[in-house]
Amino acid sequence: MASKGTSLRKYALVRLALVLPMVFVLLTMVFLLMRVAPGDPISASLGGHAPQSQIDEIKAELGYDEPIWKQYVQYLGQIARGNLGTTVTDRRPVTDIVRDNGAATLELTFYAMIVALIVGVTFGLLAGRYRDTWIDGTGRLFGIVIYAMPVFFLGLMAQLFFGSYLGWLPTSDRASPIVQATMETHTGLYTVDSIINRDWPAFTDSVKHLVLPAVTLGLVTAGVFIRLIRVNVIRTMKDDYIEAARARGIDERSVVYQHAFRNALVPVITVVGLTVALLLSGAVLTETTFNWPGLGHTLVMYLQNRDYAAVQGLIVVFALIVVVASLVIDFVNAYIDPRIRY
Amino acid sequence: MAVTSPSETSTQPRRTRMGGVRRAFAPVSEARGMTRTMLWLGAGITLAFALIALLAPVISPYDFDTFEANGKRFPQLAAPSREHLMGTNVQSTDVLSRVIWGTQTELKVVIISLIISIGVGVPLGLFSGYFGGKLDRVLVLIMDALLVFPFLLLAIVIAFLLADKVGQGIFTAAIAITVVYIPLYFRVVRNHTISIREEPFVEAARALGARPLTIIRKYVFFNVVQNVPPLATLNAADAILTLAALGFLGYGIQPTEGAEWGYDVNRAVSDASTGIWWTGLFPGLAIVLLVVGLTLLGEGLSETINPVLRKRPVAPVDLEASHPLKVEDE
Repeated sequence: MASKGTSLRKYALVRLALVLPMVFVLLTMVFLLMRVAPGDPISASLGGHAPQSQIDEIKAELGYDEPIWKQYVQYLGQIARGNLGTTVTDRRPVTDIVRDNGAATLELTFYAMIVALIVGVTFGLLAGRYRDTWIDGTGRLFGIVIYAMPVFFLGLMAQLFFGSYLGWLPTSDRASPIVQATMETHTGLYTVDSIINRDWPAFTDSVKHLVLPAVTLGLVTAGVFIRLIRVNVIRTMKDDYIEAARARGIDERSVVYQHAFRNALVPVITVVGLTVALLLSGAVLTETTFNWPGLGHTLVMYLQNRDYAAVQGLIVVFALIVVVASLVIDFVNAYIDPRIRY
Repeated sequence: MAVTSPSETSTQPRRTRMGGVRRAFAPVSEARGMTRTMLWLGAGITLAFALIALLAPVISPYDFDTFEANGKRFPQLAAPSREHLMGTNVQSTDVLSRVIWGTQTELKVVIISLIISIGVGVPLGLFSGYFGGKLDRVLVLIMDALLVFPFLLLAIVIAFLLADKVGQGIFTAAIAITVVYIPLYFRVVRNHTISIREEPFVEAARALGARPLTIIRKYVFFNVVQNVPPLATLNAADAILTLAALGFLGYGIQPTEGAEWGYDVNRAVSDASTGIWWTGLFPGLAIVLLVVGLTLLGEGLSETINPVLRKRPVAPVDLEASHPLKVEDE
């Protein structure tokens, strides 16, 4: 056990050391894109009609009048201290935005991931197991169509059907206004908070609001799982140890369920990490479609207001989330699969 | 020096200029069963959309921004009827015409972005993989950083910045999408080049004194390039979705410049609460159908070309004519 601990720690340290240059490159790229590109972000965010004196004032306040290399050093220093900058249009620190709107995105993406895993693993395993039968055909067709479905279009159709036509589910916001106003927040996740508060009507209300966005985003993400798991099952079924298990006379059922599926599902952990980026992209669209007050929705709002500082800060947040997620996934993988550690 | 493609062992390698291409595509005619169905169905759908795009001026009842005919304004948000098969939207334009003209916009953007991203990504990957060294390391770092980024966000930011500087249009959208896909081609081509570089036939060519450029062109390129068609087709499908997403968020094509499906779906969201379905359904379905077509084509291609997924009896090993190829992890 001791050796496992040390090798895992060593791996974690090496992996962390490797992540730093990546983060550095990402931050530099964002900076280059947002600041060095010609044009004047301040006057753009003010609509181009502000008097010069006011523009200069804001520029000085935000440090935009410094030479570009100095701005770059300041920017890196700020981020190292956990300061992601302040928006130009409404002077909100980006960290406040993350605190206020992050929970909504977390709640949406978490439940979407669960939907994606359930749908994706089921369809993927079945399609791979019964390759070239109608089950495979249906599974793959479903996978392809769901992949081809823009998340906002699926969301729109869901709104039309379950919202306007059947009238079963709400189509925008995280909860009814009254629930939002009275909810005592602990975590910011409405489903969790309402359980902590033992406020069951609020719980039902927030779940109802969550169903359409989470299922929409989850289904679209499931396509990725279906494809990958199917291929994995097919590949695993061709492996020697499956043949060996069959040769030992183990019946087909347990060969498939005990030997093949279990191994075909290990890469799913990696894929969960890879889909984080996909989920975040999808969340921007889903949040816009369902008027869900998360980070993506906020980003789109600031994009429309041409607030470069806000966009820059939020993009950094998104990139960091992806980097951290892939780091976590690698650790989990290393913990499960000792081959990775050495 | 026989350069044998890994994808087939039965026919004799040809030495003609197009031989490489033909060899790379040989598995297509050998595809069987569902793969074959997918391949042809996908090709059919894609072709149909290409025809619609080309014939848009002929088959479309109106222009994409026409809201009146014979001096009479079309009704607003009219349900599908004989005059307007797919109804009209809030600006009184004919939805069918917008869907047809939209095909042209989508395909234009996708073709431009594919050409640029292949044109940049493939050579970069070839050189970076073949020569290695510092340049390779720097490029890999940059490309990996680009890949880490949620692709849609990257496209949005690029489109956002370009919209401020050069305005929104087909090129802006195409470039925003291109930036997302260059790293993909780069990575696939680079990794494959590295494994090919170590093959005996490349070493032999080097030993014979062939210059690096000649080796890349004659020996590496054709072995690597067969990865590109399936990837490009799948990317085209993805690019349609990205463009639609950009359009949906308001960073696609200017409404005055052309019809774009994603933009139309966005406009339809506000109609949904009143139960109006035709403004969103038809452009959305067009996206789904085109992406399905391209995906089927791409999946079919990759299943025929990727030896891991290909379902065929293993050919007898002929040590003279074949060499083992390291199977890439996909």
